[in-house]
Amino acid sequence: MNRVKRQLAPYFLVLPGGLWLLLFFAIPMIAMLSLSLQQGDVVYGYRFTFHWQNYTDAITGYHDQLIRSLIYAGIGTMLLIALAFPVAYWIAFYGGRRKPTYLFLLLLPFFVSFVLRTISWRQILTDDGPVLHPLKQIGVLPDSYHLLGTPMAVIGGLVYNFLPFMVLPIYVALERIDPRVVEASRDLYASPALSFRKVILPLALPGVFAGVLMSFVPMASDYVNSEVLGSQSTTMIGQVIQHKYLQTSDYPTAAALSFILMAVLLVGIFAYARALGTEDVMKVAAR
Amino acid sequence: MSQSILERPASTEPARAARPRRRLKGSTALYIYTWLVIIWLIIPIAVMIAFSFNDPAGRYNQHWDGFTLKWWHPAKLFAISDLSQALWTSLVIAVISSLVSAALGTGIGYALGRFRFRGSGTLNVIMFSTISSPELIMGASLLSLFVSLNVGPGFMTIVIAHIMFSISFVAAIVRARVVTLDRSIEEAAADLGATPWTTFWKVTFPIILPAVFSGILLAFALSIDDFVVTNFTAGSTVTFPLWIWGATRVGLPPQVNVMGTLIFGVGVLIAVATNIRSKKQKSA
Amino acid sequence: MSASNLPDSAVLRGLTQRRLGRRDALRISGLSALGAALAACGVQGKAKPGAGASVAPDAVAKYWTGKAKVGHVDFANWPLYMDPKKPELKTFTKETGITVNYQEVIQEMGPWFAKVQPQLAAGQSIGFDLMVITNSIQFAQFRDSGFLAPLDHSKLTNFKENAAANYTKEAYDPGNVYSVPWASGMTGIAYDENKTKRPITKLADLWDPAFKGKIGMFSDTQELANFGLLKLGLNPDKSTSDDWDKAAKELKAQKPLVRKYYDQSYIDALGNGEVWITQAWSGDVFQKNLSDGTNFKFVIPEEGGTLWTDNMTIPITAKAPVDAITLIDFFYRKDIAASLANFINYVCPVPSAQAVMVADANKLTGKDKTAALEVANSKLVFPDDDVYSKLHYYVSFANVEDQQTFQKTFEPITLG
Repeated sequence: MNRVKRQLAPYFLVLPGGLWLLLFFAIPMIAMLSLSLQQGDVVYGYRFTFHWQNYTDAITGYHDQLIRSLIYAGIGTMLLIALAFPVAYWIAFYGGRRKPTYLFLLLLPFFVSFVLRTISWRQILTDDGPVLHPLKQIGVLPDSYHLLGTPMAVIGGLVYNFLPFMVLPIYVALERIDPRVVEASRDLYASPALSFRKVILPLALPGVFAGVLMSFVPMASDYVNSEVLGSQSTTMIGQVIQHKYLQTSDYPTAAALSFILMAVLLVGIFAYARALGTEDVMKVAAR
Repeated sequence: MSQSILERPASTEPARAARPRRRLKGSTALYIYTWLVIIWLIIPIAVMIAFSFNDPAGRYNQHWDGFTLKWWHPAKLFAISDLSQALWTSLVIAVISSLVSAALGTGIGYALGRFRFRGSGTLNVIMFSTISSPELIMGASLLSLFVSLNVGPGFMTIVIAHIMFSISFVAAIVRARVVTLDRSIEEAAADLGATPWTTFWKVTFPIILPAVFSGILLAFALSIDDFVVTNFTAGSTVTFPLWIWGATRVGLPPQVNVMGTLIFGVGVLIAVATNIRSKKQKSA
Repeated sequence: MSASNLPDSAVLRGLTQRRLGRRDALRISGLSALGAALAACGVQGKAKPGAGASVAPDAVAKYWTGKAKVGHVDFANWPLYMDPKKPELKTFTKETGITVNYQEVIQEMGPWFAKVQPQLAAGQSIGFDLMVITNSIQFAQFRDSGFLAPLDHSKLTNFKENAAANYTKEAYDPGNVYSVPWASGMTGIAYDENKTKRPITKLADLWDPAFKGKIGMFSDTQELANFGLLKLGLNPDKSTSDDWDKAAKELKAQKPLVRKYYDQSYIDALGNGEVWITQAWSGDVFQKNLSDGTNFKFVIPEEGGTLWTDNMTIPITAKAPVDAITLIDFFYRKDIAASLANFINYVCPVPSAQAVMVADANKLTGKDKTAALEVANSKLVFPDDDVYSKLHYYVSFANVEDQQTFQKTFEPITLG
């Protein structure tokens, strides 16, 4: 009796939470899939008719925004890797006892709401704000120059908001590197640059992979940064989806767009994992 | 080839002496760079805090017009009734969702860390998906569900959504802690005649409590600042981030800055306090 | 500091482990059996066939029986539709004891409908007893979905007495079954003459490359469509889908010149110099000039402008409809209507208010008197046939398909 109870214990523990996730994570996906294949009108009702045209309409209408989102996210991710790696490297190898403090400082922005952070940036980057005004005064920039509304501002916002998501995974991977391995490479006459390229970098790759996953996906589906810092020429697919759900009540197209976005992101992730070689990743992760 | 290897040892001596100096220069550059990044990260927060002390001339809190403490005074701070209402709504939702998701998530985390059972694989996939799923998709799918079921979005749906995305975070934290648990303590309790139920509540739970508490804090932070998922599931209910979003076109009043600073301050205090406490516990 | 590390390594392990094996994939594909369940889903529509123009004779009685005064009204309105000091509401509360919670939560019709539709469809309260909605596509959507309470005209005595005759015969709500006008308005062009360096008179000026990057347009598809059609000399009232395509092409050509597509926040963009010339609503400019001391100008273009009406309606799930309808009728008192029109500068639905405004203006002196007389005699507040001849309504639709075609034609312009 006790053994049966003990065997059933995990199921009882998991049941409430698991049910919640099933009901409110898995099933909504099905509802969204269903909605994407319906046609009709918000007033007169929608009927499920396997209306694949929603998908074709969505792609023909909004492929520009989808591609633009992927490009912004791609550029953003590359910038993130370039920006985050040195920070993670320094904290991991030179942080010493103050490592937790540095990590904490990096996470500081998350104590302020996402929306508030981005709006603060908008305030800083206005046409005659504290950043642009002095530059215009000394003549570095023309008077009509504006940063807000450009892709640069949007990508800047994306990079800002997702930096910790890239620093932390890389940091964790770097921190796990046994310093004796690096020492050994030096003992074998490798220059610092060589030991970095051949020893540290490959060991850090799983961290980079995790960081890319945790930043590319949310960046591609973001809409706040473009809404606050951009203009209609920077419209991202997230804005279109949000617009169709919350402003025009066009649920089927919006649901179709969401699925298209998910599919594209999943394909991207799998391709990326393939390219990087999931075997190595697994081995390092198992350590 | 062997000649050059034999030659090397002589040259490593001065090279080794040179290397520490080179490493220091490189590391100084990195040090400065890291601090530049940290400063860059903090700039908007500093601006937000600074403008909570601004005395704006017009309707907009855009230009610095003068220092004042008046917005920090409760009378003025809560002068905008729907803003104060939104803040209160956010707090209530955060409290409810963090407690419920902690309860549900602890169960999952403990089970995943302690037992091996069928379905743990699928559960892991779902948990991983919840954490890495874009908020846009989660929000959109929840709204799709509510629309299909003809459930009106509102306070309850926000709570449901927040619990949903917090469960996995709590579970991950708890599982990480449970995995490193010393089983021998549980076994000792069992040897002394305790039922698994008693063992859990009297022995295991107090040990993993700090992790559960971290989970509650994380869930609270996630909930109070959440925007995207809340935007989709709120209907006409307004939370603090939603109020800010709605007001950006017209201009944010200084009260928003004050409230944002308060939330920030409290969050930092709690994080630092938890940190100090866990350091004390470790050294004790 | 392992506490901050631990979640990350756990998450990382989760991220970097291979999760889906063949067995899992098979099991998950078993979910395809749920395809049958998908087909069972559908979103119920709220519209009853043939709803809209006609309403069952006892609908009014059915709705209003048993409704009693509550003592409080939650009022949803657009920005710039009332003096921030809310003198009219204060008078109302003093006279009736009913408190009013006034929220300027409506900025654009599309998002407003999308926001409250799911709740109204589920029969839930949206937190408001009175809302002001434009006679746009969304008005028909609200009405056809059965979201609007039929008004009890026995409680609208001031309206009967004072409203202008044409407002009782509007095409979108003949007989005022569901709505009475709050204010009418015109869409034209607002501009800052200091920046444009010349007076603006034509729609074509919004397409002028000299103003590149400093032009604002509305994001509402109906507003955009009208200006696109009028620029090409087409009549919105009689436009076909071919006309819409032509107008959309014209608007797309304009896109590189437009700074942003706005909702009501265009007026702030004009104020801070973000745009120099923008599509605008008639009353906003005057309120801006008054409150901020600016000197923006508003014109109705030669090719034509748009006339719309914002209407007071009661959502069907309102908690205090009796108080709401009392407030509605209150705004049709001559003195209250005059006070409102004096501030908001929109078309007043009460013609007799003009006499009140003139009389009040004559009691003032100097600059205040000139300003007040200007408003009282303004053609933007009490238009004559001359003005009306240049104005057109929004495009209207015979059926849902046309409406969807229209939206699909114009939405991509604002969505990048």
